[in-house]
Amino acid sequence: MSDKDSSGTLPVNEVASDSLVARFDGEVHSDTREGYEGYIVAANMLPEVANVLRDELGYDYLSSVTGVDYIDENHIEVVYHADQTAGGKGINIKVQLDRENPVVPTLVPIYPGADFQEREVFDMYGVQFDGHPNLRRILMWDGFHGYPLRKDWKEAYYEEDVKPFDSRWPGGGVKRSEADNPYGKNVSYPPGFDINNWTPETDDSLYESLQKTTSNGKSLHTDSIVVNIGPQHPSTHGVFRMVVALDGETITDLQPVMGYLHRNHEKIGERNTFLQNMPYTDRLDYLCSMSNNFGYALAVEQLMGADVPERAEYIRILMAELTRISNHMWAIGFLLNDLGAFQTPALYAIRARELILDVFEATAGSRMMCNYMRFGGLARDFPDTLRGEDTVQFITDLVENTLPKAIDELDQFLTANEIVRSRCIGVGVLPPDKAIAYSAAGPLLRASGVPYDLRTADSYSIYDRFDFDICTRPNGDVYDRYLVRVDEMRESTRICQQVMRDIPAEGEIFSGKPQYNVRVPAGESYGRVENPKGELGYYVVSTGKANPYRYHVRAPSFVNLTVLGELCKGHKVADAVVILGSIDIVLGEVDR
Amino acid sequence: MYGTGILKGMGVTIRHLVNSFVDDMRFLGQRYYSDSSMNIRQGTEGRGVFTVQYPDEKLPVPEQFRFIPFLLYENNKDGSTTDRCTSCGICAKVCPPQCIWIERSSDPDTGRPIPEPTNFYIDIDICMNCGYCAEYCPFDAIKMDHDYELASYDRTEAHIFDKARLDKPVEYYASIRPTDYLAEETARAEEIAKKAAKKEAAAAKKAAAAAKKAAAEAN
Repeated sequence: MSDKDSSGTLPVNEVASDSLVARFDGEVHSDTREGYEGYIVAANMLPEVANVLRDELGYDYLSSVTGVDYIDENHIEVVYHADQTAGGKGINIKVQLDRENPVVPTLVPIYPGADFQEREVFDMYGVQFDGHPNLRRILMWDGFHGYPLRKDWKEAYYEEDVKPFDSRWPGGGVKRSEADNPYGKNVSYPPGFDINNWTPETDDSLYESLQKTTSNGKSLHTDSIVVNIGPQHPSTHGVFRMVVALDGETITDLQPVMGYLHRNHEKIGERNTFLQNMPYTDRLDYLCSMSNNFGYALAVEQLMGADVPERAEYIRILMAELTRISNHMWAIGFLLNDLGAFQTPALYAIRARELILDVFEATAGSRMMCNYMRFGGLARDFPDTLRGEDTVQFITDLVENTLPKAIDELDQFLTANEIVRSRCIGVGVLPPDKAIAYSAAGPLLRASGVPYDLRTADSYSIYDRFDFDICTRPNGDVYDRYLVRVDEMRESTRICQQVMRDIPAEGEIFSGKPQYNVRVPAGESYGRVENPKGELGYYVVSTGKANPYRYHVRAPSFVNLTVLGELCKGHKVADAVVILGSIDIVLGEVDR
Repeated sequence: MYGTGILKGMGVTIRHLVNSFVDDMRFLGQRYYSDSSMNIRQGTEGRGVFTVQYPDEKLPVPEQFRFIPFLLYENNKDGSTTDRCTSCGICAKVCPPQCIWIERSSDPDTGRPIPEPTNFYIDIDICMNCGYCAEYCPFDAIKMDHDYELASYDRTEAHIFDKARLDKPVEYYASIRPTDYLAEETARAEEIAKKAAKKEAAAAKKAAAAAKKAAAEAN
């Protein structure tokens, strides 16, 4: 356990509130709406306030940037969540903008990690970020009409504003939504956009924007060329595209292009009722559905003030930590794939993961799409038996013997391997200050020597009861990211062992009566967990109705990609693949 | 010395290779094509080949496994069947992707709804197997199935399940989810017993009151 979470973090917040409001008299107000907290900042003062936050108050880590369309009040709010890497509660500041002409100064010079997230807000809400170096759509394409997360935008298969839809009951005759949206007629284009004479301008400007200078001039004269890696490429872990400018074989610049798997998760989330979102969170980072559930449950429980029974808390942590192990197994296995060690390490790694998935399947009912957590507890308790064995016995055996052995074997198999070392050491180095500035999270941040982990920094659930260490490594290269993952798996097994030792044998797993239509009081909340890939945050706004007014996912994979270009500069193409593998992304979460 | 790391790693690979033969010998005849073979192959003792030769062999699914809902009906003694579903519509309301369509039936004479669906559709292409319908059904009328081999050549017709396709007897449910079934039946029996006891108590109270009244009148 870290010792910094015990020392009071509240005073810092109080200092922040006093000095912020006093210092920017009239420009910064406390957010006094019912259920809200944080500060509302005048748009033109935002960079100054951010500077004070970062340099004087210690909020050096910009966690999330998102927008909310308050259509009735006719403004769009841009919400920033900032944290201290020293630990403690976060702070949020908001800027209210006119819906017709939303302009706000960019924060990229102060927090480079805002880059992709501001582009996302621009893409989804049409907010202009003044001074942003590269303000293009990020998840949508040029020919996309409108700003999808605005409340007055409707999707092609639109039925009603919120679920449940009236046609389903009691009248219902079945209908395929394709019938209403025949192919070719299910899209609309922006005014003046002609699909037939369209050339992908974005690509041209993208290629133009790449930095192609050949710096050295001493060696062989080489042409600068642009290469597209992906979107259909086995090394990109899904439909993801890296546009690289090459000087010979050295990367001079790299721009990630994403959105191929975009399904407007957040809009779906706003149509859904609170409970209906739970299975959708499984589909974000589909390797870690248990911890995705966890984060969303925390966000809504914050709003509801729901209690979680003791036994349920223990099971939640067990599941989250098993998820971490299975995710890191996967990440390491496929990092080795990226290095060219095809399939053997990957299969050895995911062998143990298979048993973890068995636990999920027997408990939650599904191996990957678990949909296991509810607001105020869990869907169900452990089964009595698992694979013909007593469940508690099976899990205890798993976390005491099988998993530690599997981790040790992986360690023995790979860590000292000279090829792995020569390909990984010194590649893709991310210095700690840059890691913080770029809002890198999870193993990516900790491998750069920053001991920032939400489990201790802003402890949630009952993590404060367990004895575990936050793993860091000093060098910030690919090899250290690998090592941090191995270390974290060991720590996770330690937590799991403690869970199995301390868990109450009997007890409720849900507080209150299970309800399908939960009452969520009006307000906002930012629930977050330390997902295996980094900080996963859910920003939820409720107006007291059955459906969330705003549902935003701060996806670690997406934000971690912000720094990819920086990491790859100066390396070879083959290294870019490895660096991407070491960041460990899942496109379900990047594109949402 | 350079290369020792690689050699060590190869040692792991060789161990895996050798173990696969060792395990085959150790569990001769038990590792493949028997009921307990999976527990040996993938259990804590197994160190050899881990994989399953699907579709020749299949992993047994645990009881909680969920895939595509089905509707329950009871077989009556006279050979007729009764749907458990009362077409209350909770499953259609709670369904996250909204893949359930229910047609409620009404009495032809009075026009009032009767608690039985005329038809019940699930578009299994849309269904995300979350299990909410089964979880929140107050009548235990819709449950999640174990049958996951549903591939077909046509998605427009074959993937919209109607009531005939969804209906399965309660006995089938009891066979795939024995623990859940038992728990539900016990709860139901308790509920009935509780209600009966309440009714009896109320009747006794009423009788006592009447007796008292009669006694008072007699006086």
